[in-house]
Amino acid sequence: MAGHVLVIEDEPNIIEAIKFILSREGWNVATHSNGEDAVDVVRAKSPDVLILDVMLPGRSGYDILRELRGDAATENLPVLMLTARGQSKDREMAERAGASRFMTKPFSNAEVLEAVRALAPV
Amino acid sequence: MTNLNALAAISILYVLFLFGVAFFAERASRRGRAKWLRAPIIYTLSLSIYCTAWTFYGAVGSAARNGFEYLTIYLGPSLVLIGWWWVLRKLVRIGRVQRITSIADLISSRYGKSNLLGVGVTLLAVIGTTPYIALQLQSVTLSVEVFHHATPGGVEEQSTAFWVAVGLAVFTVIFGTRNLDANERHHGVVMAIAVEAIVKLAALMAVGIFVVWGISGGVSETLARIDASELGQWEVNGGRWAGLMFLSAAAFLCLPRMFQVMVVENDNDQQLRMAAWAFPLYLMLMSLFIVPIAVVGLDVLPAGSNPDLFVLTVPLEYGQNALALLSFLGGFSSATSMVIVAAIALSTMVSNHIVMPIWLRLNENMVSVSGDVRHVVLLSRRLSIAGVLSLGYLYYSQSGGGAALSVIGLVAFTGVAQVLPAMLGGIFWRGATRIGALAGLTVGFVVWLYTLYLPSFGPGAIIPKSFFENGPFGIGWLHPEALFGISGIDPLLHAVIWSLSLNTVAFFVASLASFPSPLERLQGAQFVNIQQGTGGTRSWSHGAAEAEDLMVMAQRILGATDAQALFLREARRQGSETHLPAPTPEFLQILERELAGSVGAATAHAMVGQIVGGMSVSVEDLMAVADETAQMMEYSATLEAQSQELSRTAAQLRAANDKLTRLSVQKDAFLSQISHELRTPMTSIRAFSEILRDGDGITPEEQSKYASIIHDEAIRLTRLLDDLLDLSVLENGQVSLNLGDGLLCDVLDRAEAAALAYDDKRGLEIIRDASKEQVWLNTDTERLSQVFINLISNARKYCDAPQRVLEIRVTKGETLSVDFIDNGSGVATEAQDVIFEKFARVSDQKAGGAGLGLAISRQIVTRLGGAISYLPGEGGAAFRVVLPLDRALAAQ
Repeated sequence: MAGHVLVIEDEPNIIEAIKFILSREGWNVATHSNGEDAVDVVRAKSPDVLILDVMLPGRSGYDILRELRGDAATENLPVLMLTARGQSKDREMAERAGASRFMTKPFSNAEVLEAVRALAPV
Repeated sequence: MTNLNALAAISILYVLFLFGVAFFAERASRRGRAKWLRAPIIYTLSLSIYCTAWTFYGAVGSAARNGFEYLTIYLGPSLVLIGWWWVLRKLVRIGRVQRITSIADLISSRYGKSNLLGVGVTLLAVIGTTPYIALQLQSVTLSVEVFHHATPGGVEEQSTAFWVAVGLAVFTVIFGTRNLDANERHHGVVMAIAVEAIVKLAALMAVGIFVVWGISGGVSETLARIDASELGQWEVNGGRWAGLMFLSAAAFLCLPRMFQVMVVENDNDQQLRMAAWAFPLYLMLMSLFIVPIAVVGLDVLPAGSNPDLFVLTVPLEYGQNALALLSFLGGFSSATSMVIVAAIALSTMVSNHIVMPIWLRLNENMVSVSGDVRHVVLLSRRLSIAGVLSLGYLYYSQSGGGAALSVIGLVAFTGVAQVLPAMLGGIFWRGATRIGALAGLTVGFVVWLYTLYLPSFGPGAIIPKSFFENGPFGIGWLHPEALFGISGIDPLLHAVIWSLSLNTVAFFVASLASFPSPLERLQGAQFVNIQQGTGGTRSWSHGAAEAEDLMVMAQRILGATDAQALFLREARRQGSETHLPAPTPEFLQILERELAGSVGAATAHAMVGQIVGGMSVSVEDLMAVADETAQMMEYSATLEAQSQELSRTAAQLRAANDKLTRLSVQKDAFLSQISHELRTPMTSIRAFSEILRDGDGITPEEQSKYASIIHDEAIRLTRLLDDLLDLSVLENGQVSLNLGDGLLCDVLDRAEAAALAYDDKRGLEIIRDASKEQVWLNTDTERLSQVFINLISNARKYCDAPQRVLEIRVTKGETLSVDFIDNGSGVATEAQDVIFEKFARVSDQKAGGAGLGLAISRQIVTRLGGAISYLPGEGGAAFRVVLPLDRALAAQ
């Protein structure tokens, strides 16, 4: 498995945890911690799977996702959304924005791994 | 044999005698010795003008022709006086209180002072009375002729009538228009009439006694003669009797001259009480000898003699010249008294309802400016008298006497009786309206005209003969004497039934169908409720009337003396020092009533209205309107208050709702924030603890690093929870302050040490001026230190300058200011308020705080009695903490 995963998340400890989990399973993990230029980073890296936090400095994850879905290049990009807000409306918003998967923090490592595996194109 | 000159001389003497009586009475009344003039007996006798020459002479004629039918003419009024005494009393009271001047005034006044009705009734009265006056002139002429036949060489009958008319006009003008106030009693005239009443009763009784005892030889012989005559066999026509009785009763109430003596000349209820029994007695005496005279006349006089003149011819036949002369004077009295009173009554009506309104309209602007109204009123009334008598004379000379006149009495009765429904309805039924009265009068008048008055001139005279054969234009049911195909009734009865019943129906239907004006309703109430109420006329509201203007007008109508007396009296009554009373509504009402006595209610109302300012609404109306308005205003004020209360409540509710909604949103946001703040460290802890648990492929360095991350994040969680609890305690006011004295520099030292203890490698230089920090504070130094730690930590965490510097400035004034200013880029303007909110983080950098620091600091400073705010314009981020200074401590 040599899939590329891009993690956009502002909490350094969480980035490190996800990176460790995925790298250990053979994924190439790139990280980014700012919302503002997130879309450019996604285009530049064109990952196989994108893990996207909702609350990002500069721009909300929903916003970024909506822009990605409007672009033909990233229209079908598998996106796993992470949020620390566990309310049902957050899930709805994620779905409406076009998230492929939605996960509430704190998550189990196995869950994340499984989700990335499922989302990654074969 | 009495010669004509002697007759003329006696007549003139008699007239002069009447002048004397009238003059004497008038003078006595002016001198205030008129008490006896108001005696009920005088009033009762004055009612005798009901018995005109038509009754004086005609009753005998009627008895000779129709038997006892003449009695109905006497029975009608008797029944009214005895049975309908209360109706008369009501009429009389209304007349007194409302200062009614005539029957036209009564109707006009009752129906909202409608002048149209006044004019209508006046015309009806003139049409109905003129032939009657003619009849009186004819009777005088006929009676003179009796003597003319008896003596050779005489006067022409036309000139007799003419001179009688002139004489009556003079008498009436002199005694009938002495006073402008038509409502004032004409004591002279009434007295003269009372004398005439005695003369005619005495004359008739003298003739009667002569006939019974002088000719027949006693009562029993007379009765035998009556039994033997045809008279006893006359069959009584029940319907005609009832009809005539009703008609005479109606006429007694409605005849203008009867209204004049009965209502206008009435002074008090006592007069009426006596008249109620005494006048029927008078009528009985008048009728007592009618039949004997008729029977004897038929017996002793040659066939073909006019039975109408038996009263004269029987004594003459027996050579009783003196008796005949007395009888002549009786007839003359009957005729003259009727004509005088009728002329007064009619002239008042004509003047007040026709002449004055026209004059007023033509001189609309002159009333209060110039012109002597008093003079005009007098002149118009005098001219009206002359006009009425001229009409009578013309009618007499044109009709040529004869058959047409003999029935005219009943025809006239029927005509004036048309006023009855409007009059009785007006005083007993509040629902009666002007429209109803107009409709009833019009219908009654037209039907009377068509079925009785015009046919009375004979077929072909005015109504074409064909009408009496097949009905007009062949319409059978419109036959003048068989309306709706009901034929075979006596023409008089036919006319009475149809005119009065259609009149009444029209009156009721139109009254019910129409809506009365406020004035009508008010007048209606006053007329109908006369017994209970004071019954004043509706009064004026406080208008723009000037007393001077009213005075000028009143002088013209009442005369200077009377007007000044009235004004002075009212001024005194009002307690005014001047001779002019204030134009209060009460005064205006009194004035209007005084004026109404002279010129009639409608005219007086119009005149006062011109000065007051065209107000035609009564005070009662205004009061009612004001009451209603007040009620409505009160109601609407209540509503408004309620609505204000409601809108206030609604606003409060809306505010509360907004607040709750806001709170709910805040709560959601807060929970969401807490959730986020809690879940973030939890995520790290879980993830790394799982990694550590699984343990495969981890270097020892990683292991140690991950363990310390878990540790740090656990501490972060703990701190967050501590902060939350702290904030919660502070916000709920449950915190207990541990107050004590302390030096500011000590607190700052402690805070600096604590804030920099957990240092990273970035470093923060703190600039302080120790000399200014020697300030004693009485405060919770632990809490204050917590605030300072937060502010220093923020500078350490968020200051973006490469070489970070925090200056702490202390300023001591009324209060103590401690400013924390760093050299970073500061806080954006739009965020400067937000930063004190919970979980407000404006920086991009993650600095480990949950964003509760400033919120907690603000709570603490507020508790300590101070304030914390952002200081704009300092370049870097700048916060000012203001603390109160204890004076005692500050002095140290």
